[in-house]
Amino acid sequence: MGLLSLKGFPGTGSFRHGVHPPDNKSLSAESKVEVMETPDTLTLPLLQHLGVPCKPVVKAGQMVRYGEMIGKGEAFVSASLHSPVAGKIKKSIMVTLPNGRHLPAMSVQTQGEQVSPHKIWADMKSKDWPRDCISIYDPFTIVKIIHDSGIVGLGGAAFPTHVKVTPNDTRMIDTLMINGCECEPYLTCDYRLMKEAPRAIVAGALLTGRAVSAREIVICVEDNKPDAVKKLKEATEQTVIKIAVLKTKYPQGSEKQLIKAVIGLEIPLGGLPSDVGVAMSNVGTMATVARGVIKESPLTHRVISVSGRGIKHPKNLFVPIGISMGEVIDYCGGLTQDAARVVAGGPMMGFSFSNFSTPVTKGTSGITVLSHDEISNEKETACVRCGRCVDACPMNLVPTRLALAARYNNPSIARQYHIQACFECGCCTYVCPAKINLVQLIRTGKKLVASGAK
Amino acid sequence: MIENEAAPAIHVAPSPHIRDTKGDTRKMMMDVILGLLPMVIVAVYLFRLYAVKQMCICLVSCLAFEWLFVKMRQRSGTLKDCSAVVTGIILALSLPGSAPWFVGVIASAVAMGIGKIIFGGLGMNIFNPAMVGRAFVMIAFAQLMGAGSYENLTGLVDGVSGATPLSALKFNHLATPVPDLFWGMTNGSIGETSTAACLAGGLFLVLRRAASWQIPLGILATVLVLAGIGDIAGSHSGRLLIHHLFGGALMFGAFFIATDPVTSPLTSKGKWVFGIGTGFLIMVIRFFSGYPEGVMFAVLMMNAVTPLINRWTNPQPMGEA
Ligand code: SF4
Ligand code: SF4
Repeated sequence: MGLLSLKGFPGTGSFRHGVHPPDNKSLSAESKVEVMETPDTLTLPLLQHLGVPCKPVVKAGQMVRYGEMIGKGEAFVSASLHSPVAGKIKKSIMVTLPNGRHLPAMSVQTQGEQVSPHKIWADMKSKDWPRDCISIYDPFTIVKIIHDSGIVGLGGAAFPTHVKVTPNDTRMIDTLMINGCECEPYLTCDYRLMKEAPRAIVAGALLTGRAVSAREIVICVEDNKPDAVKKLKEATEQTVIKIAVLKTKYPQGSEKQLIKAVIGLEIPLGGLPSDVGVAMSNVGTMATVARGVIKESPLTHRVISVSGRGIKHPKNLFVPIGISMGEVIDYCGGLTQDAARVVAGGPMMGFSFSNFSTPVTKGTSGITVLSHDEISNEKETACVRCGRCVDACPMNLVPTRLALAARYNNPSIARQYHIQACFECGCCTYVCPAKINLVQLIRTGKKLVASGAK
Repeated sequence: MIENEAAPAIHVAPSPHIRDTKGDTRKMMMDVILGLLPMVIVAVYLFRLYAVKQMCICLVSCLAFEWLFVKMRQRSGTLKDCSAVVTGIILALSLPGSAPWFVGVIASAVAMGIGKIIFGGLGMNIFNPAMVGRAFVMIAFAQLMGAGSYENLTGLVDGVSGATPLSALKFNHLATPVPDLFWGMTNGSIGETSTAACLAGGLFLVLRRAASWQIPLGILATVLVLAGIGDIAGSHSGRLLIHHLFGGALMFGAFFIATDPVTSPLTSKGKWVFGIGTGFLIMVIRFFSGYPEGVMFAVLMMNAVTPLINRWTNPQPMGEA
């Protein structure tokens, strides 16, 4: 296999720099997706995506059906929210998400007759997702359904999907890239989805491709997931979809790096994929699009990974959005005595948290529980100017200089060295022998620059 | 819920949550120390007690001065990062075995004080501390550090005969046999004589990524080309080339002095510039100055322009231009 499968693409299958952290995927890669039973209560924050919070459209005490809209995304960059269960709306509460945001949330108490989550997952896995009758859907209808279904990117950033697929006169989309790289260590939810529900992904990709009128559709997978590639190859037979197999490297799944690796183009600084004619979405999002358009079901459930040496039984789970992290962790046997840090998402870019009542949101790709041995508590020493951070930065920045600019409160240097181009992938911090938390400093620096300080 | 009594303590900290466990500052310094071992062994073999004495003096004084100066600046202890040990060993290896004890002590004081601590300690210094120390004693004690100090060792070891190979060639047109040059059976500063040991230790460093490969390669390639031209121009039938490549502190300097991460450029392009520049300056000094040897001054001069090199070779962010 390997990079030969990249034949026909202008890219080289890789990007400059990056790191190779141990991927630790074997902890959960072979665990089939298990369906969790519907919990008693779900907590649904009104902002689970990038953009503007949605507005509640139901009142406390009201009964809702499965899939009923409970929050409406009125602004363009916003996403609606739907109830994953039939039940009763309770008084709204405040929650703090792992990323530190303090938000109002609606809670739903499960009541009455339910749509079985087993059925939803079985649907997803089924082989009879259409591949040829996609043309019966009009592109505008597809965009509208995506909007109405509250679909956001499930890869982690949770950007509302309809924004990416809404036709735009000035920027034509040439290629739709479906991101199945899953380059964060530990996480295997996308891998399982590609293995178990490739047809749903393909149907969603075809629909989305139609919505954006893409000339090409490419599913991108790293070469450490040969099984997923095989399944996707079978599922894409006789379709226009191509598969690109890429070098395993962190952060291969990042938008800019993936575009560079596959089609060899660089997004201008501060630009978007559409500037080079690309729309990008994650494999999980595609399966959700298929479900939204073909089955008329909004985004209510998702696959997550629960992994790491600090969890008793690593698993992949199909869960309703709004279930608490604690319930999920309990379902996986709980934490081991060794557990030291619980992270929403993967260890490179995820947010650590300690409040287990915090809910799983649309953008939660998994829970990684790291043991004491895995986290680094080493004391910071002085920068020895070894340049390893420079050699690791996939954006080709000089992290040590950005960090120093932040530490010494110098926004003009930070700006001059393009601090805003840093997307906080963590490669620089990962490699730094002096154990300086460069990303943390750079985040501070970005805030400083954004505040307009001179 | 999980919140029972025996619940593990959960930390909250910013991402990334994992680190590369292979490298930390101390491990990097330990690698350098390991890489220096071949030279240490050859030095002890060749110069016996002179070498042992020199290394002990420099090591102890470097550690003591680091401790003292850090204390004076009221910073927390920095001996643990082992960088002072590295400076001590490199400094000792760059001195002649015959230099009296106070030369080593003063060189160490200058290395740690002026070379490192006044800039703010590890990572903040502009010049290679060991070379600052050595440059100082070389100028202050010109007599003790001059050609004479090498010749005094005549007869100490078989094969070590008087002047260093480069001064023998430059001033007396005497060529040292190539095997002696390669294995190090010559006179010189105690750590620089053996090309074989420097190559072994240097390759280890490069493989362990404790030193960049661009700098030594840049230096050696430049010296090869320039000495090669000089050789052909003067019809030396290879002798001049071999002397410049294997003689003096070239190998030691290329792998252990010029590669000091703190005082060399950050990017790989910058490292090439630094290496080629160093090689060029070495040959300019060797060819045209009164000194037979140029590694130390070349490195110090390139250290001075490193901030500039960093500016010139600042990488273009992805998507720019
Ligand atoms: S990796 Fe760390 S020690 Fe090396 S240059 Fe970057 S910040 Fe400094
Ligand atoms: S500077 Fe930013 S983009 Fe570059 S490696 Fe560090 S976190 Fe990643």
